[in-house]
Amino acid sequence: MRVKGETLDPMARDTTTKYGFYGYLASTYRTSSGWRFLPFLVAGLVLIPIGTVISSFFAPAGDIWQHLVETTLAGLLINTFWLVLGVASGTALLGVSLAWFTAVCEFPGRKFFSWALLLPLAIPAYVTAFVALGLFDYIGPVQTALRTWLGPDLAWFPNVRSRMGVIIVMILAFYPYVYLLTRNAFLTQGKRSLEAAQSLGFNRTQGFFKLALPMARPWIVGGVMLALMETLADFGTVSVFNYDTFTTAIYKAWFGMFSLTAASQLASLLIVIVFVMMVVEQQFRARMRYAENRQSARVDRIPLAGWRAWLLAGFASGTLFFAFLLPVAQLGIWAASVFTRDFDQRYLEFLWHSLLLSALAALLTCSVALLVAYAARRYPDRATHTAIRIATLGYALPGAVLAVGIFIPVAWLDNWLSSIALQLFNMETGLLIQGTLFTMLIAYMTRFLAVSHSPIDSAMQRITGSIDEAAMGLGLNGWTMLRRVHLPILKGGIFTAATLVFVDVMKEMPITLMTRPFGWDTLAVRIFEMTSEGAWDQAALPAVALVLAGLFPIILFVRQTEK
Amino acid sequence: MNALLELRNIRHAYGRQVVVSGLSLTLRKGEIGCLLGSSGCGKTTVLRCIAGFEPIRTGEILLNGVTVSNDNICLPPEQRHIGMVFQDYALFPHLTVAANIGFGLHRMQKKERASRVAELLQTVGLADASSRYPHELSGGQQQRVALARALAPRPDLLLMDEPFSNLDVSLRERLSLEIRDILKSQNATAILVTHDQDEAFAIADEIGVMQHGEIQQWDTAYNLYHKPANRFVANFIGQGVFLPGKVLDSHHVEIELGVLKGDISHKCTTDCHLCREGYPVDVLIRPDDIVHDDASPVQAAVVHKAFRGADILYTLRLPGGSTALSLVPSHHNHAIGEKIGIRLAADHVVAFSQSEP
Repeated sequence: MRVKGETLDPMARDTTTKYGFYGYLASTYRTSSGWRFLPFLVAGLVLIPIGTVISSFFAPAGDIWQHLVETTLAGLLINTFWLVLGVASGTALLGVSLAWFTAVCEFPGRKFFSWALLLPLAIPAYVTAFVALGLFDYIGPVQTALRTWLGPDLAWFPNVRSRMGVIIVMILAFYPYVYLLTRNAFLTQGKRSLEAAQSLGFNRTQGFFKLALPMARPWIVGGVMLALMETLADFGTVSVFNYDTFTTAIYKAWFGMFSLTAASQLASLLIVIVFVMMVVEQQFRARMRYAENRQSARVDRIPLAGWRAWLLAGFASGTLFFAFLLPVAQLGIWAASVFTRDFDQRYLEFLWHSLLLSALAALLTCSVALLVAYAARRYPDRATHTAIRIATLGYALPGAVLAVGIFIPVAWLDNWLSSIALQLFNMETGLLIQGTLFTMLIAYMTRFLAVSHSPIDSAMQRITGSIDEAAMGLGLNGWTMLRRVHLPILKGGIFTAATLVFVDVMKEMPITLMTRPFGWDTLAVRIFEMTSEGAWDQAALPAVALVLAGLFPIILFVRQTEK
Repeated sequence: MNALLELRNIRHAYGRQVVVSGLSLTLRKGEIGCLLGSSGCGKTTVLRCIAGFEPIRTGEILLNGVTVSNDNICLPPEQRHIGMVFQDYALFPHLTVAANIGFGLHRMQKKERASRVAELLQTVGLADASSRYPHELSGGQQQRVALARALAPRPDLLLMDEPFSNLDVSLRERLSLEIRDILKSQNATAILVTHDQDEAFAIADEIGVMQHGEIQQWDTAYNLYHKPANRFVANFIGQGVFLPGKVLDSHHVEIELGVLKGDISHKCTTDCHLCREGYPVDVLIRPDDIVHDDASPVQAAVVHKAFRGADILYTLRLPGGSTALSLVPSHHNHAIGEKIGIRLAADHVVAFSQSEP
């Protein structure tokens, strides 16, 4: 490591001559820093599971794989195809229209809806899913009520437990991603571009379709891609609906057929699909940078009156009702009904496990993100930059894939360690890492590093080189500079990062389910178990805790942006 | 010729906040008008009312003699045949320069459209940049694309909202002259809005100085400078100071530095008391009204000096204690505190009653 460090760091000597005293100071930092390699280490952590999973594809195909190909693979692909298509078009339609109306039009309640429409982000999709099933299924309260009024024949009532049902639930859960990004685009360029189109002889409708929509395309695609990443990564929703996709198939192959190889091979297919999506997304993101993003000084909206205004208000409240209010209300009712029975020692244990895991993961992930951001600041070279890009790719990896991809090397390492211990010291160590919190935390860190990196990195961007130099000129150095200059600037970013990771880990289902130490149940695991038994009311109590935690970052975000 | 654009007593308000009140102006075909005022004076709102982006409360806006806005009608912008250059240009980032310029030509045949776009690219000097994207252009180039895009459909009237505010000063001056030439070559009628008087002087035929949503004076640059209608315009346009004086008769005013000859008031009315003998007035003295003359008996002390290349702008304390400005060729270099001889050299009088605000 050391030798490599010297050769990789020719800049150190350069700066001494080029940048004089401060350059010299900076270069002494460099030679003494071991964490120059941290970004590469974290990039490795992301590459290992990807490599593991992909290489398994070329492993000898066992009978189980053969069986999977013959029986379920076609179904998985068809299911995934329809899910992706449905969620993409649904979130685009709902997200873009709501974004346009709240950004450019004026109607009763617009101000309220513009932030309230983000609230569904607080509910994990699998929670919306089981509430929808519980409410609208054959024995649910809605159909029961309808039967008492209209007689027993409800053949016309759509079957909730269907492909359409999954798609609608995911649209309601994921449309805020499209809404959020597109609304930003419309706020900065929507009204302006519409006026430009009008001054060139187009009416408003033409202006929207010919101009505002094409101009916002990068943001729309970006939002839809986020929604699709969530869709492909989703495990909870599809398992509630018994709708087989790759994530559930991975779980079944591993825990049902006990074939880690088959699970890994399924994971490799899912990775390919995810990567195709990512390439598309990157293409559009590149274009997004060029589009101007100046907020016009005065946003004057198109005032709507009469039935049009009420139609929009109705549309927005309908969305909010089904995506947020109804699930929350139903959760509340269920939770209250089982509260006295279920709020016991065990519930507190789930809660404690969830909180502990989330806190540890937030601590670990934010520390790594902070160190990585510092490394990038000290060594702003291409290699580091690439390493960080790879390190933050983990977010695109579905939890089920990561669970398999991390479990396999950990198991291998464990066997190796115990065999060494046996040979050298004649000690029976058993499994050291496998099935410990450590494995889970590494998996969480890999998946959520991007979530914590982006706020910390953007805070770091605000500490310019001249700020350091100014601080040095005023006699601050080392720890004093860190404490008095850097930390105050970074504080907000670190807090945001920690909050986001905390909530994400709390909601996380597949990694927790597949890699947790035996008996280490969390709220999410409890929800999985209760929903697989159809005990919606018992699943509601842990879900309430998740929703409350999920609301926290949304409120923070809204307060930051809408003020 | 008939008026192309006519604003009759228009009034606009956001809620209870009145932005434009009782504003009238007329623009003939081929003329370039300008609304000049500091930010918040309502000038951009007037432009947006003309464009049809804002409705008016009372009054009337006529284009080619047809009412397009009054208290209950507001013809949509796209039907007014007006071009607009936005302050931030509002270029379409996803389209090339040529596609931006051709955007408003959707009713033309393909061939016709291409030739019109080529013609405009030539006019604004961007023929080589036709396939580039807005973000690849400099500020000045983007500005010209915005102008070409607005001119492409041959609008009856072109509106320009602070068209140069995003450019640096040196570019502003050159481009404003260039754009005047382009507009004149296309025989375009235009109104621009700006807070920069140099820009207004460089481009416009007629300029309206605005304050609090009203036009204080609608006139040529020359008249605004030399015959300001009121104290606000006199202060706003150019530099100068007010010196107290006494009216001798309708053509003569006496101030500390001597007697000035000229019409006391160019807006003289029947009940005007300005021209009575002995009436106290404030007389506007521009820096070029006072010249340096070593032979003059009037001596003034240099309080402050600003070197401007060709001239030096001296701030002088007159014997009576009041302050005046004088623009002197820069080879007459005097130190602060030094006394120099000065003489009045004004051929007209701008005077306001001392009681007038």
